[in-house]
Amino acid sequence: MNAPSLHPPVGPEDHIQGSDDAEVTLVEYGDFECPYCGAAYPILKRVQQRLGRRLRFVYRHFPIAELHPHAEPAAEASESVAAQGGPDAFWPMHDLLFEHQRRLKYDDLARYAEQAGAQGDLVLNDLDEGRYRERVRESFMSGARSGVNGTPTLFIDGIRYDGPRDEEKLVAALTLVANQAGV
Amino acid sequence: MFKTLLINTPAPAFTLPAEPGRQVSLEEFRGRPVVLAFYPADWSPVCGDQMALYRALRDEWDRLGAEVIGISVDGPWCHAAFRDARNLQLTLLADFEPKGAVSRAYGVYDHREGTSERALFVIDKDGIIRWSYLSPIGVNPGADGILEALEQLAQPEAAVARSAR
Repeated sequence: MNAPSLHPPVGPEDHIQGSDDAEVTLVEYGDFECPYCGAAYPILKRVQQRLGRRLRFVYRHFPIAELHPHAEPAAEASESVAAQGGPDAFWPMHDLLFEHQRRLKYDDLARYAEQAGAQGDLVLNDLDEGRYRERVRESFMSGARSGVNGTPTLFIDGIRYDGPRDEEKLVAALTLVANQAGV
Repeated sequence: MFKTLLINTPAPAFTLPAEPGRQVSLEEFRGRPVVLAFYPADWSPVCGDQMALYRALRDEWDRLGAEVIGISVDGPWCHAAFRDARNLQLTLLADFEPKGAVSRAYGVYDHREGTSERALFVIDKDGIIRWSYLSPIGVNPGADGILEALEQLAQPEAAVARSAR
């Protein structure tokens, strides 16, 4: 059986850390309120540090609203921040959300947005208007179609990774793929 | 690993309790597609639990006119508590007495564990199984295969081509 694969592939619409020339790409479908994603967050940070320029990291939204009532607004807020400040604002916002998973009310989202360099009142306005609801939904559906089965779900070079998510196993899996790319 | 179960054969009929006092029969859904999702147990400890994922995709099932039904050997009171706790609002059927009888009829009963396996069946509007999938132990099969199968059902020619493969 082939493992489920990512579609659409990584593109300009994505939130990307690292170079397009990187040897391997790791995509995470995550939910800002999911404790398993919160647990994966520092691990993925260390994995990124260890792989360095060899790795490109992409974050896509997969909020499961029935379980996590704050996940969808948090995802929309991160999109609003990205629209205001680009990747330099999105990634700090992404980090703040994962570092404060238990405090994701509207006021909190606005405060993190300010810390990430965006305007909190604009974020709240976007949330009220649902400006990024469709974008988050598209991300969710791309995940559902790609075989995302919970959060976090990881894809390595477009193939779903069902292995263990500890630092060493992830570094090993990514290094293996990166080495193949280098041949 | 991948097994194709009972493709293009009539789906075995059944009537099971959905919640205390309410019975559901497969034939009630004749006329539209039905997805049967057998799973081992309520209260799976992972986020993005299979049933929560299906619940989150309700707009897609509505768009495709499909009914998604979860089946496990948990009793109806257990299902009721699980539905309430996880805000599921899905039909969950109790394959409880005789235990696992429907799972056995579909060939997806795990005798060693005494539970259903993780298996998916897409049944067309005429009650014929058109797609099935048995997931590896412990792997939530997600929704991609179901979405694809339902969309192919909505396109008759594509469905014929696929089933002939």
